[in-house]
Amino acid sequence: MAARGMTMLLRRFSSVSSNPLRVCVVGSGPAGFYTAEKMLKRHEAAQVDIIDRLPTPFGLVRSGVAPDHPETKIVVNQFSRVCHHERCSFFGNVTLGSSISLRELRDLYHVVVLAYGAESDRSLGILGEELSGIHSARKVVWWYNGHPDCRQLELDLKNSQTVVILGQGNVALDVARILLRPTVELATTDIANHALATLQESSIRKVYLVGRRGPAQAACTAKELREVLGIKDLYVGISESDLLKTPADEEELKNDRIRRRVHELLSKAATSNQSSPRSDQHELHFVFFRKPDRFLDDGHGHVTAAHLEKTALRGNDSGKQIAVGTGEFQDIECEMVIKSIGYKSVPVEGLPFDHRAGVVPNVGGRVLCDTSGESAIEEGLYVCGWLKRGPTGIIATNLYCAEETVASISEDIDRGVLVPSLSKPGRDGLLQLLDDRNVRVVPFSTWEKIDSEERRVGSLRNKPREKLAAWDELLGFCN
Amino acid sequence: MVISRASRIGARVVRELLSRRGPSAPLSLGASTSLARRHLGARRQSSPAMQPSDKLFQGALLQKHFFCSTTTADGAHGGCDEEKDKISVTFIDKDGEEKQIKVPIGMSMLEAAHENDIELEGACEGSLACSTCHVVVMDVEYYNKLDDPTDEENDMLDLAFGLTETSRLGCQVIARPELDGVRLAIPAATRNFAVDGYVPKPH
Repeated sequence: MAARGMTMLLRRFSSVSSNPLRVCVVGSGPAGFYTAEKMLKRHEAAQVDIIDRLPTPFGLVRSGVAPDHPETKIVVNQFSRVCHHERCSFFGNVTLGSSISLRELRDLYHVVVLAYGAESDRSLGILGEELSGIHSARKVVWWYNGHPDCRQLELDLKNSQTVVILGQGNVALDVARILLRPTVELATTDIANHALATLQESSIRKVYLVGRRGPAQAACTAKELREVLGIKDLYVGISESDLLKTPADEEELKNDRIRRRVHELLSKAATSNQSSPRSDQHELHFVFFRKPDRFLDDGHGHVTAAHLEKTALRGNDSGKQIAVGTGEFQDIECEMVIKSIGYKSVPVEGLPFDHRAGVVPNVGGRVLCDTSGESAIEEGLYVCGWLKRGPTGIIATNLYCAEETVASISEDIDRGVLVPSLSKPGRDGLLQLLDDRNVRVVPFSTWEKIDSEERRVGSLRNKPREKLAAWDELLGFCN
Repeated sequence: MVISRASRIGARVVRELLSRRGPSAPLSLGASTSLARRHLGARRQSSPAMQPSDKLFQGALLQKHFFCSTTTADGAHGGCDEEKDKISVTFIDKDGEEKQIKVPIGMSMLEAAHENDIELEGACEGSLACSTCHVVVMDVEYYNKLDDPTDEENDMLDLAFGLTETSRLGCQVIARPELDGVRLAIPAATRNFAVDGYVPKPH
């Protein structure tokens, strides 16, 4: 009894003291930063360390947001202020699973929040998917955004005239827009230099955006659609017959402002466009009601066409319309296919994982021991962002996601669920362990030197920054 | 171009000043930047190569002229002579708490919120590239006094959580005399967010 009373007294985390709440956030994208910000605000005793496997912070804000969307990146100002907070530190070039294990992190910190996103791809699982010339949109986006893992991506734009993009979400539209925009317009963005050079030699004339369902179900949003429709001197092909709405479509659209406005934009584009392209014009075609059946080989292991099956929509049990094959097929000849059908998270050793859903099983951000549905909670382990919810949503979605995860953490602290032991090594323990392993940790101040150099070189080339896209260049900034 | 360069410098000055307010200040940028940009563009022709001390001085001037409100921390203004150029705005936060503030004509609601430590997110700092400063205008009469949202604002409103018929982006609502007495609610974030990640579609 006395021991328990003592525990309850000592359990309270106090600020200046000997017993700060030690928090580690794995991943420095929006999910990680919003979580860190809210933890710092809500818990005056919290010390928060944010780790990332890259030397550069900000996750997809740096490596996912398109180069011609600089306003969307302004949020890094807010994230940088979090790193400057006296109770927060950023450590780059630290990889969960190789620099340090999940078990080790949980031993060092009271709270570990995994916010490392989704760095893999859904696959179609169809014949020919391994042919050369077929790429994941995630890698293409990383490539033009200067992610060091995709610096060497071989995108043969010089020998490609037609690209088929599978998917009609914002990532698909971003890729289409970067392939079709005049490169003189891209030259003043923060697009990676190697990508700009390749795009300047591109032979691409036609891009197809292929969706399994119809315009009423297209996953893109109005802003991105408006942008791609507004590319200078671009012929946009949308078939008016695709735009006819069924009663089921009308019902879906009635309660969905986003889809309604997208459908209106597509309808307007279908009716207002010129009837056929000139021979020198670039073309963007929206293809609806087609799902990929297989890819055709040119005889040398390279893709030569996408073999597509026409679909029809059927309502399923939950009232959603799904695409069902009709047995009729169509080929679109192409030299390149870019799959934009969704990202997928990657599990790590010691982490419960739901392979079907591609996320970590959790309730309100508290990690569950397994996917059984009756499972216990993994104490002190939480998730936020795509790893928690799946790879959907916008930057702001993580605001609410972090709010929920931090609320769960706070509840667990209040109820005494969190952490029986009294103090944890935290930051000092982490740095000691990493030092013992000769891991070159990149603190925020080093990122600021990288940032400064990128902006300096950028200003010489009329770009906001010239991204350093090679691992050795980035790590060269560490002493 | 000199004007845009000067406004960028001015914006940076304001940002620096605000960042020196310490940990109690809202972590989101006081988006006085867009206000500063507008005024700087019109008035300043200063040389781009400013010394750090000049920047602080210019920032101090900005602060005195444009952020003169009765809630400044030092309270040393001794009676602001711009009282009649302000309107009364009430913010209702996500817990239902009300705070009434005075907002100078020409300032956006986002800037006003940040000036007064009201928790309104502003991820893109007023660039119409996000929906985080979403506010609900509580009275339809006030909502109707606002200019219609542009396509760009509507595109961002599409993505706002808890969208209503009288929703607007706080960075696009600019204080004018006819808005005196307006009440703005900040939507409750967590109420609209389900565990499975489903985002209810706005009606």
